[in-house]
Amino acid sequence: MFVRSHFLLAAGIVAAASALAPQPLAAQEVVKIGLIVPMTGGQASTGKQIDNAVKLYMQQHGDTVAGKKIEVILKDDATLPDNTKRLAQELIVNDKVSIIAGMGVTPSALAVAPLATQAKVPEIVMAAGTSIITERSPYIVRTSFTLAQSSTIIADWAVKNGIKKVATLTSDYAPGNDALNFFKEHFIAGGGEIVEEVKTPLANPDFAPFLQRMKDAKPDAMFVFVPAGQGGNFMKQYAERGLDKAGIKVIGPGDVTDDDLLKDMGDAVLGTVTAHIYSAAHPSAANKEFVAAYKKAYGQRPGFMAVGGYDGINLVYEALKKTGGKADGDSLIAAMKGMKWESPRGPISIDPETRDIVQDVYIRKVEKVDGELYNVEFAKFDAVKDSGKTKK
Amino acid sequence: MSAASDIGTLAKAHARWHWSEIVFWCLALSCAFLFPSRFLIMTDIVRLALFALSLDLILGYAGIVSLGHAAFFGVGAYGAGLLALHGIVTEPVLALVVAGFAATVVGFLTSFLVIRGVDLTRLMVTLGIALLLEALAERYSNITGGTDGLQGIEMAPVLGLFTFDMFGKVAFFYALAVLFVLFLVARRIGHSPFGLSLRAIKNNPLRAAAVGVPVNRRLIAVYTLASFYAGVAGALFTQTTQLASLDVFSFERSADLMLVLVIGGTGYLYGGLIGAVVFKMLQEFFSTITPQYWQFWIGLVLVVIVLVGRARLHRWALFVPNLIVRLVGGNKAAVAVPESDAS
Amino acid sequence: MTIVAQGLLASMTSILTILFDGVAYGMLLFVLACGLAVTLGLMNFVNLAHGAFAMAGGYICAVLVNQHGWPFFAALPLAFVGSSLIGAALERLLYRHLYTRSHLDQVLFSIGLVFMSVAAVDYIMGSSRVFIQLPSVLEGQLDVFGVGVGRYRLMIIVICGLLTALLQLVLARTRFGSRLRAAVDDPRAASGLGINVPQVFAFTFAFGCGLAGLGGALSAEILGLDPYFPLKFMIYFLIVVTVGGSSSITGPFLASLLLGIGDVTGKYYVPKMGPFVIYTIMIVILIWRPNGLFGRTAAR
Repeated sequence: MFVRSHFLLAAGIVAAASALAPQPLAAQEVVKIGLIVPMTGGQASTGKQIDNAVKLYMQQHGDTVAGKKIEVILKDDATLPDNTKRLAQELIVNDKVSIIAGMGVTPSALAVAPLATQAKVPEIVMAAGTSIITERSPYIVRTSFTLAQSSTIIADWAVKNGIKKVATLTSDYAPGNDALNFFKEHFIAGGGEIVEEVKTPLANPDFAPFLQRMKDAKPDAMFVFVPAGQGGNFMKQYAERGLDKAGIKVIGPGDVTDDDLLKDMGDAVLGTVTAHIYSAAHPSAANKEFVAAYKKAYGQRPGFMAVGGYDGINLVYEALKKTGGKADGDSLIAAMKGMKWESPRGPISIDPETRDIVQDVYIRKVEKVDGELYNVEFAKFDAVKDSGKTKK
Repeated sequence: MSAASDIGTLAKAHARWHWSEIVFWCLALSCAFLFPSRFLIMTDIVRLALFALSLDLILGYAGIVSLGHAAFFGVGAYGAGLLALHGIVTEPVLALVVAGFAATVVGFLTSFLVIRGVDLTRLMVTLGIALLLEALAERYSNITGGTDGLQGIEMAPVLGLFTFDMFGKVAFFYALAVLFVLFLVARRIGHSPFGLSLRAIKNNPLRAAAVGVPVNRRLIAVYTLASFYAGVAGALFTQTTQLASLDVFSFERSADLMLVLVIGGTGYLYGGLIGAVVFKMLQEFFSTITPQYWQFWIGLVLVVIVLVGRARLHRWALFVPNLIVRLVGGNKAAVAVPESDAS
Repeated sequence: MTIVAQGLLASMTSILTILFDGVAYGMLLFVLACGLAVTLGLMNFVNLAHGAFAMAGGYICAVLVNQHGWPFFAALPLAFVGSSLIGAALERLLYRHLYTRSHLDQVLFSIGLVFMSVAAVDYIMGSSRVFIQLPSVLEGQLDVFGVGVGRYRLMIIVICGLLTALLQLVLARTRFGSRLRAAVDDPRAASGLGINVPQVFAFTFAFGCGLAGLGGALSAEILGLDPYFPLKFMIYFLIVVTVGGSSSITGPFLASLLLGIGDVTGKYYVPKMGPFVIYTIMIVILIWRPNGLFGRTAAR
């Protein structure tokens, strides 16, 4: 019996040797970027959008910058933070990447933070949205967004527009709690009242009972935050339950009307007001070009995750141009701090103190444009910083 | 020669260390020197192998089908994580044992639920327990960190001497040592009268009971033991990755584990180890080729394995090694015989 | 009305709404899991890929409605037919060879199929959730004595209720039904009596897959349809089948109702304990009745 086991293992090891052998060292003229995003599992649409956006950018701008060739190594972490950590470690140690990018969810970003510090490798967060992420390592730079940015704005807007009683429905995880806490802080400070607070588990197929609770609490509006990908399901059930007819509006960060899914959500979504950092309907030339190119290449509309990826790779390119091709961590981070540019979403910059993204936040309403649903912006708040950093 | 001493001789012969086993472990250790840049994935394999070993104890030896073994893995993982995070027990080896015992308690309590019913019932009860624990971990997110998991775990040096490094070297040797020690214990138990009685139970519980084997008590005992192993595997996971989040309880983890064990074969303890290597290497291989659609190829491999049949695959795999053995040792040398489907 | 009466009325309407939602959810689970129960009970085959057939039906319906402009009610039967054809084909090509294999091998095989189907659908249709454009008659609510009754859920209850009645009728009153029941009870004796058991099974398997496909199309609105559907909901199907027992369809029917109502009620009254309720109910029932509520130990 045991003979077989030995031979099998020997065969297995010999066969696997090729798979395990380290890659040959690349030439000095290549700057490698490890892009770790979820390509399978519940958050796969996030990973795909980022990957698409990065590819699109490199198609448009070429793969050479400041005399160096850029190589992106894509890895799937299936949203498991231990995978992210292991992949990041392997990319840094074996493939000698100069930059780690991606980070589809907060735990992934946090798991890689100590590696970034230890190896002095910049970590570009293109998707995750919890405020504390950038505090975990001096090598983390974010090009996505934070929940604080959108939630505080929508809270202020709600107060100004006569919404007195709000019931909240948020997913029970770090970004959801961030969104809830920042909203509550500003809303209550502005004189509002939270009549019901429900936290839904993250993996949630059916919103019906939670929505029923909301309805029974009879608020003026509902503050909703669910992760990208669940927004559509939520809005459908919101309509099905007749909450729109009961006069309960939906407000919240724009994740719930993500452009990625908005088109198919149905007319019940019309009139929903959200605050967010990107809309595919943003009326700038840069955005029109971006949306058209993305649609042409991938057959669908880009969402805010795609923009996070697009701006992330742009940041890398611009930083390399600024350092003249020097790709070590300290130079890149120094170059990235304070960088400003025009993104498809509007003007953005990297805060030199916190390395977090500073961007305009828009209040938008869902309307039909050319027969399709879009988030149409009608108010703007300039250069909103993330207010969620730990007070010193 | 009486029947008793016949069996005794056979059992003792089996219990002796076969040279192939020694080669196996030497190979395992030498991997550290053959592949010095791949410690991380090798540690991953070792952890999975230990976890699979724990399932083999109940599946291969006692015939208990479980889709919720991740329950104990999770308890061990969170146990070790909390111990390290709050500084209750800082020495890793000690924390490992304590976390393992925590899992054992859960295993003991739930073993009473598992001894009843048929295969499918057990499958669902074990699954239900794992999912319940996951829901509990989410509910008490102030302790467990919820979906985001425990953050900021820092591990003290093993035995006060070896610090965990970024390359994963210490982690690998640590994990391998733990696996080896626990394997020795499992091997000893498997070849003891206790282990033989388990096989009897797996084969035919009614007959075993008729012969006087206390079936329920044996099942409870082996289930509790397996939960200790799984708990240690989980604790090892947290200690070597410094992470612990809800996915340690996930259904996917238990399902992957079943796959690993079925690939490698049940009932002879090495199945879990081999299965872990094969499964992880396949995953790595496919994942590198196609980060998006690797699941398709893994699924295809699994379907093919089942359709072709493990016995046939083993015969093909052993063709060349058998030739070599015969050349080297002559026609009388021990030729590997594929084991008939053990399940 | 007095405050107390108003309060009572409010909670009455809440309870009724919850009950209604729970029944709808339960019936949906039943249609989805029914085929699995019969497969398991009839051929003792653990088919964890059942969810993949549901997903197939859902996507067929979605493609027909969204991209080809078919009306929703016309696409539903096609979801059924499409899934059952796929099921029949796979049964003939692949499943047939595995009937005599151990449960573990069947588990391995079906999980492999699930992985393949998930990745294939991801490749063809993309990873985002798919919404089926519903006719306006199905959107929103009806007001029935102050209780808001969701139109879509009402439709689910009606369709699934009819299906269940039809199934029960076929099983109890037709010759095929009695053949099927005989084959479930004791395949050897049944084939000894001249019943072509493999044929009965092939047909039943295809029918079960068709039901799953229909359920998948119906559940796109409630549960959400994406490539990971089979993995996400496999657990629920298994729960229904084990709690209900696999030797009849009354068992799974009642089990799904129980689970549906339990889940919805739990989430409403104790939102944080949502998933708890289902799993606890399941474990308790399985301890009390190891063969499921209505199961009998298999005759083999």
